Amino acid sequence: MLGVLDSNNLNGGQKLAVKYFSVAVILFVAQILFGLISGLQFIMPDLFFNVLDFNVTRMVHINAMVVWLLMGFMGSVYWLLEDEAGMETVGLKLGNLAFWVLTAAVAVVVVVYLFIQVGPGDDFTRWFVNEGREYIEAPRWADIGIVVCVLIFFYNAAATFMKGNWSGISGVLILDLVALAGLYLAGMFYTTNISVDQFWWWWVIHLWVEATWEVLVGCIMAWGLIKLLGVRRQIVTTWLYIEVALMFGSGILGLGHHYFWIGTPEYWLSIGGLFSALEPIPLVAMVVHSVYDSGAHKFKTANHPAMAWLIAHTFGNFFGAGVWGFMHTLPQINLYTHGTQWSASHGHLAFFGAYATIVIAVFYIAVQQWRGGVWMSGGLAGNGWKWKWALGLLNGGVLGMTMALLIAGYEQSFIERAIEGSTWAGYFAAQVHPWFVQGMHWRMVFGVVTALGIILLVWDLLTIGKGESRAKQEV
Amino acid sequence: MTSKWWANENFWRKTAVWVTASMTVILIVLTFDTIPKISVGSERVPAYSVINQRIDYVFNKERNFQVPVIGQAEPLFGKTLNEEEAEALVTWGKKITQGRNCMNCHTLLGNGAYYAPDLTKAWLDPAWGDSSARESMMVNFLMDPVTNYMNDSGRKMPNMNISEQEARAIIAFLKWMSSIDTNGFPYNFKPIDQEG
Repeated sequence: MLGVLDSNNLNGGQKLAVKYFSVAVILFVAQILFGLISGLQFIMPDLFFNVLDFNVTRMVHINAMVVWLLMGFMGSVYWLLEDEAGMETVGLKLGNLAFWVLTAAVAVVVVVYLFIQVGPGDDFTRWFVNEGREYIEAPRWADIGIVVCVLIFFYNAAATFMKGNWSGISGVLILDLVALAGLYLAGMFYTTNISVDQFWWWWVIHLWVEATWEVLVGCIMAWGLIKLLGVRRQIVTTWLYIEVALMFGSGILGLGHHYFWIGTPEYWLSIGGLFSALEPIPLVAMVVHSVYDSGAHKFKTANHPAMAWLIAHTFGNFFGAGVWGFMHTLPQINLYTHGTQWSASHGHLAFFGAYATIVIAVFYIAVQQWRGGVWMSGGLAGNGWKWKWALGLLNGGVLGMTMALLIAGYEQSFIERAIEGSTWAGYFAAQVHPWFVQGMHWRMVFGVVTALGIILLVWDLLTIGKGESRAKQEV
Repeated sequence: MTSKWWANENFWRKTAVWVTASMTVILIVLTFDTIPKISVGSERVPAYSVINQRIDYVFNKERNFQVPVIGQAEPLFGKTLNEEEAEALVTWGKKITQGRNCMNCHTLLGNGAYYAPDLTKAWLDPAWGDSSARESMMVNFLMDPVTNYMNDSGRKMPNMNISEQEARAIIAFLKWMSSIDTNGFPYNFKPIDQEG
């Protein structure tokens, strides 16, 4: 029946996908909650002091983000799998088991983060409490669990395509997943040599976020444009290949922009500077691609909220990852900006713009189908005010935080680095400067705007299409 | 419709494969070149026993930025360690910094979080007064950061229950890290007075 959430409206892969999406939304909310606490601690340093210190709240903030996006990606692949392969998902029971194992593991890790927090400098701490390396803090047992779950996910996807049909999109997707899973292994060892430690650590962080994740969302985008606008497959596939060539052509050696200051040889200054400066090019291509296709199809789309979030994705990816990354990627500038709020500014707009947006777009595609393929084009109940305000508040909130952090970062570069000479006294001279303090307050204001946006988004995802009697617009 | 090479699906598929493969090969070759240059005991990343010596951060005219300079004997806590002992101490120190999750407030080599100062040249920071007071000040600070905090931002390092032995290991790790050649990062750094 139209307008009612009914799992009979979903195929096997999609039933699993909505489980991933549900956990992803919960973690998204957790990310914003812990982000609010971390932001408040800049303004009120005594908040939860010695109870829930900044190193804990900030770790949960960034880890919740990585995991919700990963779960969003895995859900998205399960969502499009049967449709793209023309075949029922292979090994679905195993896939379900992996979902529950992964979810339980994430819950245990979060509980340990919050209540055990830290441990002595021994192997037990790294295996069972906290690895203490930004973004991949998850203890080693969880690393192994994640790899097993991702391998099962990979098996489900690859075996389904092998049994069914291959396409350009699925070919790129599967090769990308091999790289994504393999790269995680580069972060799973201990070394005392911090230069070697950070060398491999960046293989995980950079080659995920600035290479394999980008290609993964490129695949989701390609599939999304076919579904939402009815773009011809040959066109999106050709575009996808161009984007892969540009993305990996610039992003793989763009890794070098993390090798400026960690002990690595000076030639990385040139290689990293050059190739990372080229990284925005594929993102420009994506903007052209999506805007051209939307225009060519006169914005006639089966799902307005999803299409709006896809457009937000292309612009967010271009500005957040492309422009904000480029602004401080040249070593001549990075020498002053490395390790300041510049990175936080870039991180907020890039992770949201490039990744959160497209996963939200797939959430909307999913609820539409879950409610039986209801109408989600123009003329929604209440003129669709909830999704429009959620879109506006989330994008406006993140953009506002990005600008506030950028100003704080500029101030740090000038005061702490250029004038004060990067000492601890210089660091704190910059931290108490009114321009920095104002930046932190504005970040908080826009953090609250973002939080209002997520409340509205969750409300909308739960209610959009409820009681709708029209079937979705054909494209 | 696809007679033009630039609109041809097949052409771009091959291009994507070749570009990705070539870039991967170049990255692997560069990795093989870089790893020996940053192994412990290399020119850029000194052996752990460097903690037995004085470390300076001096402007190098040729490279136009500051570089670490290893000087005369200056054993940490007055005790000269052999290579194995030094490695064991620095290893313990680094494991403690990971176990206490230092990186989610501080940056190390500029990477981490931005709630607390960078630790790359913490050993050389003028906040420790001069080189005679440095070791004891660092131990005291690490063991009781809430009482010994040194800023007016209102931010304090929480008490991480660090013992004296642990503090010494952390300091060994920090001293060793300050000897890494980081291509002039942090720039324009004003190191502690080590002449006195």
